[in-house]
Amino acid sequence: MSSPVFPSLWRPLWRHNYLPRGVLQLPESTVLELKNITKSYFGVTVLKGINLSVKPGEIHAIVGENGAGKSTLMNLIFGMPVIHETGGFEGDILMDGQPVKISSPRQAMELGIGMVHQEFMLIPGFTITENIKLNREITKPNLASKVLGSGLETLDFPAMRKDSRQALEKLGLAIDESTFVSRLPVGYMQFVEIAREIDKKNARLIVFDEPTAVLAESEADQLIAAMKRLAEQGIAILFITHRLDEVMACSDTISILRDGELVKTLTRNETSVGEIAELMVGRKLERSPLPGRATEPSDEDLILELKDFRVEMPGERVRGLNLKVRRGEILGIGGLAGQGKVGIANGVMGLYPASGHVIKDGVELRLNDPKAALEAKMAFVSEDRRGVGLLLDESIAVNIVLTSIETQNKFLRWTILPGVRLLDQKAVHDYTLKIIKDLDIRCTGPNQPVRRLSGGNQQKVCLARAFSLHPEILWVSEPTRGIDIGAKQLVLDLLVQFNRKYGMTIIMTSSELNELRRICDRIALVYKGKVAGILKPDASDRDFGLMIAGKQLAKEVG
Amino acid sequence: MELKGRKIKSLFNFDHLKTFYEKFGLPRLIISCFLLGLFLLAFIMKMDLAILISNSLERIGMNGLLVLAMLPTLVTGVGLNFGLPLGFICGLVGGVISMEFNLTGFTGFFTAILCSLPLAALTGYLYAALLERVRGQEMMVGTYVGFAVVAGMCIFWLMAPFKNPAMIFAIGGKGLRTTLTLNEHYAKILNNFLAFKLFGVTIPTGLLLFFALFCWLAYLFLRTRTGMAMLATGANPMYATSSGINIRKMRYTSVILSNILAAIGALVYEQSYGFIQLYTAPLYMAFPAVAAALIGGATLKRATVGHIIIGTILFQTLLTIALPVTQTVLQGTDISEIARMIISNGMILYALTRNERG
Repeated sequence: MSSPVFPSLWRPLWRHNYLPRGVLQLPESTVLELKNITKSYFGVTVLKGINLSVKPGEIHAIVGENGAGKSTLMNLIFGMPVIHETGGFEGDILMDGQPVKISSPRQAMELGIGMVHQEFMLIPGFTITENIKLNREITKPNLASKVLGSGLETLDFPAMRKDSRQALEKLGLAIDESTFVSRLPVGYMQFVEIAREIDKKNARLIVFDEPTAVLAESEADQLIAAMKRLAEQGIAILFITHRLDEVMACSDTISILRDGELVKTLTRNETSVGEIAELMVGRKLERSPLPGRATEPSDEDLILELKDFRVEMPGERVRGLNLKVRRGEILGIGGLAGQGKVGIANGVMGLYPASGHVIKDGVELRLNDPKAALEAKMAFVSEDRRGVGLLLDESIAVNIVLTSIETQNKFLRWTILPGVRLLDQKAVHDYTLKIIKDLDIRCTGPNQPVRRLSGGNQQKVCLARAFSLHPEILWVSEPTRGIDIGAKQLVLDLLVQFNRKYGMTIIMTSSELNELRRICDRIALVYKGKVAGILKPDASDRDFGLMIAGKQLAKEVG
Repeated sequence: MELKGRKIKSLFNFDHLKTFYEKFGLPRLIISCFLLGLFLLAFIMKMDLAILISNSLERIGMNGLLVLAMLPTLVTGVGLNFGLPLGFICGLVGGVISMEFNLTGFTGFFTAILCSLPLAALTGYLYAALLERVRGQEMMVGTYVGFAVVAGMCIFWLMAPFKNPAMIFAIGGKGLRTTLTLNEHYAKILNNFLAFKLFGVTIPTGLLLFFALFCWLAYLFLRTRTGMAMLATGANPMYATSSGINIRKMRYTSVILSNILAAIGALVYEQSYGFIQLYTAPLYMAFPAVAAALIGGATLKRATVGHIIIGTILFQTLLTIALPVTQTVLQGTDISEIARMIISNGMILYALTRNERG
């Protein structure tokens, strides 16, 4: 979206700024230095010995996959309560070479650290000035305030407007500071947020948390130009993103996080998009050979086809996606959070409003009807295990068989009353015992409430529920999220077993590329609600990294 | 933590006590102890325990179905049916119609039920449609539906074209009386069915059997496909949707069922009472039923037939014996009515504000 409301408000002067910057002579001093930062949540280490330093006027990009530890690192720098509530961290934060303790966002602000959030924190009914100056208003004393306290002082609007004007100008934004925020195009709101941060007189370091995620490309360009202007004025910038071309366009230094470790810090001039992509994804791939099949799946025999498929799932929108699924394969769906990979399964199964075409075995599926999807012999293991996947206070047995009862009339027996069928408790008990044994669910018995089970065993109950429907297609979303490593392997093994032994076609959505590469035949990578491309699991790290970031590859693998 | 807990457990074996306590719950424990205390007191004061127990049994059977009416809506997560007076009034209308035709005995009673059923189903459907629109605040809206219907029906009782002289105001010849006696129709017909005496205690066999029958039917219903679907709807609507269950339909069904149970419950109540009370009498019918269900251990998320039965027994026994016992102990002061209000309203308050985990 090029801003239609204010087409000519952008000063042309920064246009020439939008060229990659040359090698900048950065000062020796540092604004912020992190030394040996280690942080763990409940025994899981999410940051390991991070060392990082930012100099005044430097744009420092931090890139990494989902779960690499970017957000934790930022929360830590900004003193978010979540860090302290979970036991703090180890290591030191230094500002200007002096160790500091940042225990609240307020303290961070006092130290001159600003943060521009992914979601806008603005009040729509206020003007730009009012938003920028909120809670930091400039006031003049009057009669009432002298008597009743400073809370009643008069707002000095001219002074506030002047300040806001200056902040907007620093960003190169020629927009009227008395405009209501609600009337601004989305892209401009981001600038108001930034203006608010730089208006704080002591602003020295601004953290941008994926600022371009909600922006159109032209707006993103403008934002990057604004960041460069800020850097020229000596403000240090930490820039978190996963768009590699943006990193290359503006940053001086690039740090790559992977699995909570800082893999490498590079200067832009000595690296390439390809190298960053490789470092982001790269890890030793332990892909043990999977058992073969009698006939390998091929494009000749499709089980499912999605055409121009759209899903309105908040935060995971699918926008006109096309995908062909081969009968009998394990298809992986990967991609970064927010790009729409999670929306696909939820849309097909009728849990979120969907449109377009879903064709299974040549028959068009009725959309937005969970029952139709289940009757088309598809089953779904939701990414939201506790929210969608389970009845937490009910027994394992009920959780496993309820969907089968409702959709397939299984586990019911006729009674002497005509037309009345009751739950066949013996059949349920026997079946549950068997499946508990088959899937190795660790529990005290079929009647244990699932709330008491560990994450891994809860996930097995979800799989058992889906498996009991004997589906032809099994959709699995984030099957290993929030479960420990040992259980992860078991769950993946189960999926392979379902596929090889029962011939189920499995479509697995996961944020963990590594696990997709371990068991999938093909991996479709979703970017901006569409399939960016399909790769073989043994494609190079570089190809995966590039495609995740939305780069089209010259050659795609079928 | 867990390891520590386990260690302690193996040293002192509190397991049985603990599971019993967990299952029974603190409120029920307190009320049971209080009840036991009252019985003890009654015994010490040399009161007639047989009569106290007889009265308690009668009140249990009399109110049981009204409490059971809470079950369907609780199971589907619609909450407690505070609009109980709506169903109650449907029952009254059935009762009045049966009286108009001068039907007596079981014929009269069952005709009353038959007449009230279609009415309860229809108003239940409309009530459900209303509740569906105010999802999330069903209980508050339900309370006012109950109040509004009672008020509206006052006009109906006055205007309705009933002709039976036993029912209409003696003066003016139009409009139903506030209290209609059922003596010549079907008063105590269930109470007296197969009733017998045991150690001086009168057992209202028919009444208790009728309640038991409906409890058994409810128990069976929760094990049918529809029952299981309702259970899932209440426990986790997203799980239900993903299982292909039409949540809306289940919520409608539960409200209609609750309304029907309330209508039948009303007739059971009135026949045991011996009178049909019209006009504002049904106004506060919902609260004792709600309190009983909650005392029984039902929560807004989970309710079983067992909760309903335990709740009815505890609550009604408490009400029945608290009055005479306190009156005997505290000569003259009528503290029992206050105690009754505190217990029933306090219980509702406690249960509604309780923080549900998960």
